[in-house]
Amino acid sequence: MSHYQITRADRPFADEFMRNPMGPASPGLQRVLNRMRTDTRAGKYVLITDVPYKQWTLGLLPPNRGVPVERLDDLVFDDRLEAERTVFRLRWQALTGEELSL
Amino acid sequence: MSAGDLLGYLDRWSVHPGDTISCRVSGTAGDPYQANLVRTIQGDTNPDGPGYRQEHIPLDLGGPFMAQQQTIETGSFAIVDHAEVLAVDNAVSIVATIWPTTPQRGRQTLFSRMNEDASTGIELFIDKSGALTAECRLDGTIVTVSTGCTLLSQCWYRVAVSHDAIRGQLHVIQEPVKLHPAISDRGYGVAITPVGTSPFDIRAPLLMAASPPNDSNDRYHYNGRIYNPYVLSRILVDSIPDRPTVGDHLVAAWDFSIEIPSQRIVDVSGNGLHGRLVNLPTRAVAGPDWDGSCHVWTHDATHYGAIHFHDDDLYDANWQESFRVDIPANLASGVYAVRLERGRDTFHMPFCVRAPRARRDSDVVFLLPTASYMAYGNNRIGLDVPETELVCGRLIELTDQDIFMQTHPELGLCFYDLHNDGSPVYYASRLRPMMDFQPGFIGKLGGAGSNVWQFNADTHITGWFDAIDTSFDVVTDEDLHNEGVDCLNDYRVLVTGSHPEYYSASMRDALDDFIERGGRMMYLGGNGFYWRVSPHPELPGVIECRKSEDGIRAAAPGPGEYYASFTGEYTGLWRRNGRPPNTLVGVGMVAQGFDRSSPYIRSEASNDPRLSFMFEGIETDIIGDYGLSGGGAAGIELDAANVELGTPHHALIVASSSGHSDLYLVTPEDMLDPVPGLGGSEAENISADIVFFETSAGGAVFSVGSIAWAGSMAWNNYDNAIAQLTYNVLNRFLNNTPFNITPSSSKTEILP
Ligand SMILES: [Fe+2]
Repeated sequence: MSHYQITRADRPFADEFMRNPMGPASPGLQRVLNRMRTDTRAGKYVLITDVPYKQWTLGLLPPNRGVPVERLDDLVFDDRLEAERTVFRLRWQALTGEELSL
Repeated sequence: MSAGDLLGYLDRWSVHPGDTISCRVSGTAGDPYQANLVRTIQGDTNPDGPGYRQEHIPLDLGGPFMAQQQTIETGSFAIVDHAEVLAVDNAVSIVATIWPTTPQRGRQTLFSRMNEDASTGIELFIDKSGALTAECRLDGTIVTVSTGCTLLSQCWYRVAVSHDAIRGQLHVIQEPVKLHPAISDRGYGVAITPVGTSPFDIRAPLLMAASPPNDSNDRYHYNGRIYNPYVLSRILVDSIPDRPTVGDHLVAAWDFSIEIPSQRIVDVSGNGLHGRLVNLPTRAVAGPDWDGSCHVWTHDATHYGAIHFHDDDLYDANWQESFRVDIPANLASGVYAVRLERGRDTFHMPFCVRAPRARRDSDVVFLLPTASYMAYGNNRIGLDVPETELVCGRLIELTDQDIFMQTHPELGLCFYDLHNDGSPVYYASRLRPMMDFQPGFIGKLGGAGSNVWQFNADTHITGWFDAIDTSFDVVTDEDLHNEGVDCLNDYRVLVTGSHPEYYSASMRDALDDFIERGGRMMYLGGNGFYWRVSPHPELPGVIECRKSEDGIRAAAPGPGEYYASFTGEYTGLWRRNGRPPNTLVGVGMVAQGFDRSSPYIRSEASNDPRLSFMFEGIETDIIGDYGLSGGGAAGIELDAANVELGTPHHALIVASSSGHSDLYLVTPEDMLDPVPGLGGSEAENISADIVFFETSAGGAVFSVGSIAWAGSMAWNNYDNAIAQLTYNVLNRFLNNTPFNITPSSSKTEILP
């Protein structure tokens, strides 16, 4: 698991991600993503498919088997890229304490 | 497709016309549901794909049916059914050596023998605090005594419960086999019980690793190993003999090193108190005597006298039959499904209809990779493995089926999961509902786009057959394993699925035989022929795989546990068994990544006259820069040629892929020394090869070395260069003209 500490110096990679969320990522952005995407299972962001290939609601993985996946009902997307950007912003804030106004 | 409470499974996945198939269904009790027979043509529902298609087969299956609620009980245990001989007068002790793996996971039963209303009997268990505890019940009077010492996980302990009816005493003993300095895990306890009667003087079976069914609906399944359990008709107070001695009040002694492949446990006391196992606990695992001097249980089973029980083991859901389907004698070979419907809930139970016995209805046979479907069955890669998002380069998408699986862990595990105690899963069964073995299912690792995987990805190939109007017969891995090459005889061309990863020795032999006899093979996938698996020789519908030493795997087997309990085979990579995939299909696994797929670029060698049939109608050198599985034809899991691993010397590398992202990484078996630069943008061996070679019997092999290939075949409604190339190869392979092994391009020139 990555223990890389994301700092202000990584800000250009946030811009890169917003431009092109699906990659391929530069090495610097990849390092940021490695940190963001290796959360432990509990509370990890996932997409819940409402309409296959069309619409998704953001959800949180539960800590254990048998526990339902939590739905974040006000975060509904009909664009995958928007979902990726939203989760990037949420994680940036959680990991740096700073809001990403992008 | 959606997932509700309506689901089921079939007793078999392959039938001949005229056979009968048994359907076991569960739904909300009393709810009516309908059942239909459909032929699955194309299961990808992506709007950018060729369109979901199935054909309704007009056959009355007898519905509507009333649903019956059926449940699945996971958790393995041992039971000695006829334990009357165990009735002892005044003294009894139950002894074992145990290796608990989740002592802190709540109450877990080691031994239980209770009469029907649970008023009289004995139980030895791990209590909530993780301490060994004994319980004695005498006509409803319950006496419990604990050692008060917490057991350490993954350490061996000798444990015993002992009851003295004359003095009215219940003893519990917990002794670590090795001392743990500064840890107090040795403990004893004694409690007073009513005098004069024995809790063992009952008619009841003896259970190990679970309690009998009870009102609480919790059978307190145990996670961990049990070794060398035995019963004495004398008291043990403060020490436990190392081994039982016949003659020393020995009532029963089970030696788990005997009949390891079976579901029987053998009593060696002479009293014939043999028992049976339920839900496939893991056998052929190291016991306390394993010292590294023996790695093969068939050489010295005494090292392997333990059984590992898991609270989430499952072999057979054991549901009652809901209805049967008689397969019409004139039904064409193909991939079919029994479709269950209630309102908007549907559930598909796919199966293969073969050609009638001893008949071939096509020159083409499609080998449905059912062993790989089982290996991935109900996998929890999206639910349990947070890194899935990292390797996919995008958020994990959960479907209705995943959401259902998350709240129904009783649907069981597969080779990509871990048991609740963190140990690897060695057994995968098909006798349970499979959420991911359905047309329409969206996977996790199928790449950006359709994201289909295994069965549903393979419908890109069945859909292609339909698009080119070519009929085909189907056989499954299980048929291939059971019947060998006989089930392929008289087929000219064998076409694989997109990801035929798991192979038994008998399956591999059959394909080698097929090639040797001049068969033509089209391997339209990646990561094929990778793991060796062992189907159980007697139990239907279950395979074993221990991912020994190497390979991309969810967990490593414990030391000394590399040999299958079902057969004694070494079930690591085929590469480690001396038969790399390259020796069959010319390519072998080199890398995986799950974001974007890449195109192939034609090689110089592709202009060789030996390949003149291949490129008709294909203009460009770059092929497959499109597709439903990651946007390219080379992707997801990649295979490449490698002469050192057995690619034939005369094989031609027709095209190779490039431009893979850094989410593509080399396999552990190729990474002897970890160095930087193992990602797709740097490591030069991260590339898929299209390979062709002729065989000495006039046949030929064509391999694409990529899981994503089929997703490109289906692009633009099967009208593209990848589909064209595949068609050209099929066309030539169907032509009876033998392939000439002598490469026409190699000339010996005698210089003046
Ligand atoms: Fe695979």
